[in-house]
Amino acid sequence: MVKNVGWAVLAALVVAPWLGVGAYPLHLMIMALLWGYIYTSWSIMGRLGMVSFGHGAFLGIGAYGVVLLWNTLGWSPWIGAIVAVAVTLVVATLIGWPCFRFKIVGHYFALVTLALSEVARLLIVALRDTTGGSLGITPKSALTGDATGSLAALQFSNKLVWFYIVLGCWLAALYVWHRVDRSMSRLALEAISEEEDAAASVGIDVSRTKLKVTLLSAAMTCIGGVLYAQYQLYVNPETVSGIGISLQMVFGVIAGGLFVMLGPTVGAVLLLVLSETLRVLVGNQVHGLDLLIYGALLIFFIIYMPRGILGEVLHRLRR
Amino acid sequence: MDQIFDVFLLEAVLNGILLGGLLALLALGLNLIFGVIDVVWICYAELIMVGMYMIWWMHSGLGLPLALAFVLSIAFVAALGAAMHHFIVRPVLTAEPINQLLVTGGVLFFLQAAATVVFGVEFRNIGVRLPGISIGDMNLSLARLIAFAVAIAAIAATYLFLTRTYVGTAIRAISQDRAIMPLMGVNPSRIYLVTSALGGALAGLAGCLLVLQYDIHPAIGLSFGPITFLICVMGGLGNLIGGFLAAFVFAQFISVGGFMLQLEWGYVLAFLFFIGVMFWKPEGLFARRR
Repeated sequence: MVKNVGWAVLAALVVAPWLGVGAYPLHLMIMALLWGYIYTSWSIMGRLGMVSFGHGAFLGIGAYGVVLLWNTLGWSPWIGAIVAVAVTLVVATLIGWPCFRFKIVGHYFALVTLALSEVARLLIVALRDTTGGSLGITPKSALTGDATGSLAALQFSNKLVWFYIVLGCWLAALYVWHRVDRSMSRLALEAISEEEDAAASVGIDVSRTKLKVTLLSAAMTCIGGVLYAQYQLYVNPETVSGIGISLQMVFGVIAGGLFVMLGPTVGAVLLLVLSETLRVLVGNQVHGLDLLIYGALLIFFIIYMPRGILGEVLHRLRR
Repeated sequence: MDQIFDVFLLEAVLNGILLGGLLALLALGLNLIFGVIDVVWICYAELIMVGMYMIWWMHSGLGLPLALAFVLSIAFVAALGAAMHHFIVRPVLTAEPINQLLVTGGVLFFLQAAATVVFGVEFRNIGVRLPGISIGDMNLSLARLIAFAVAIAAIAATYLFLTRTYVGTAIRAISQDRAIMPLMGVNPSRIYLVTSALGGALAGLAGCLLVLQYDIHPAIGLSFGPITFLICVMGGLGNLIGGFLAAFVFAQFISVGGFMLQLEWGYVLAFLFFIGVMFWKPEGLFARRR
């Protein structure tokens, strides 16, 4: 029953733009799917006991990587994305491998990854001559004359194109989540999170398994950064790197449900609905009201609903 | 030419020491909480921010004398610390450590946003201008010297409290062995409350010292929050002496690094140093044998 509803919703999503939704709702849907994609990427490692507060760094590498390579060297974002993912994999390995080798877990892992996201943000700000610092940066427009899109430059002014791109990526992320869920890595990591030494004694290569999942999660997040930069056409250090966005990612997933496939997406939708509703109700007069409610909600969720909204709903349905 | 270079380097080193004293005070509060309750208050810097706003509101807004504003603000943040423990931390004491991190993360967002809503995003200042002191070619800020002196005094006072009083000894005992304490006739939850209030009071004091030097804005917690817990982790979470020493090491990286290169690079170096230390000694530079 749930499965059929799922397919129906998916079908509705695919045809949604043709049903005449306006540009603004379409933008909201794109953002929901994009952040849903990013949160899902994070949750692939988050649900397996590796809570990272550093994914802001990977997002930033992706976003700033493509924009800088395009603006300064004229490299197509397709190539820029490959470079960014490569850099992300190197960084994730540099941080992840020693962490896993030296059994840095829990608090300590979270704080080391937090340091990483702050290093990324500080580097972006420090290199202000190239990156524009706190003011942010915009990719140079490739759309001359009447052109509405350029595949080589990955810039499209038509939101419909972006909708399908993001929809495709989101579905891909869900598929990856599903595959990891079914994989030996998942079982291995659950064993590891229960009792690491016992798991190692039955032949599970702890460090390697953790690193595999970490690299996957980091690379996917990096691509999320690429998409964000190319769609929004503006990035700054606060929105794509640093502790703020890293915490927001974690919160979004927790609110939606860490252990459920669609949980992170529900969380993304929740945060988006929240901020848009507040914007409409309160306008831009009262800054910070949405964060106020996020904060209160995060506290509420952790204490009373650690499974997240979707997790709680599914748990009830199963009983 | 070499002479001038040395003098300014010395100035950077001295400023680093002064900064270290202040960071050591921050680290002390955080380490106490972790050592005793086993929870990291990610929002610790936001408590300091609240304290700073309280001082600004009472002094610049209500016109209270600065000294009174300081005292009231310390009391307020102490109460806030205790309240936070009672209402927010206590329910998740038995949950995963990550949940504890996240719940205090929620408080971080909440306090930052509350400050934005109530006080707005503009930078505030209490308008107290303390002069600088010149020693040879070096200029040192009097505000920084005072902050350093008060921080060291507070750390010494806390040390005496922990070693010479009954409650202080109970606090140290709990951090050594949580399970045994009830058998010794001590109520752990009362000790947790006292520790939370003490951590809050230290944060309030730090706020008083910071408000003399810096402008207040809602995101100021992000300037020294991450640094504070990195210092604590580097010194060994829960290790009061380790945190004290790590604070000075970290501050030297920030100060001298910022002097030699641009300001942000000092921080980048310090963070990278932290990551390096983590790989070399994951328990912390000065960790006790646990």
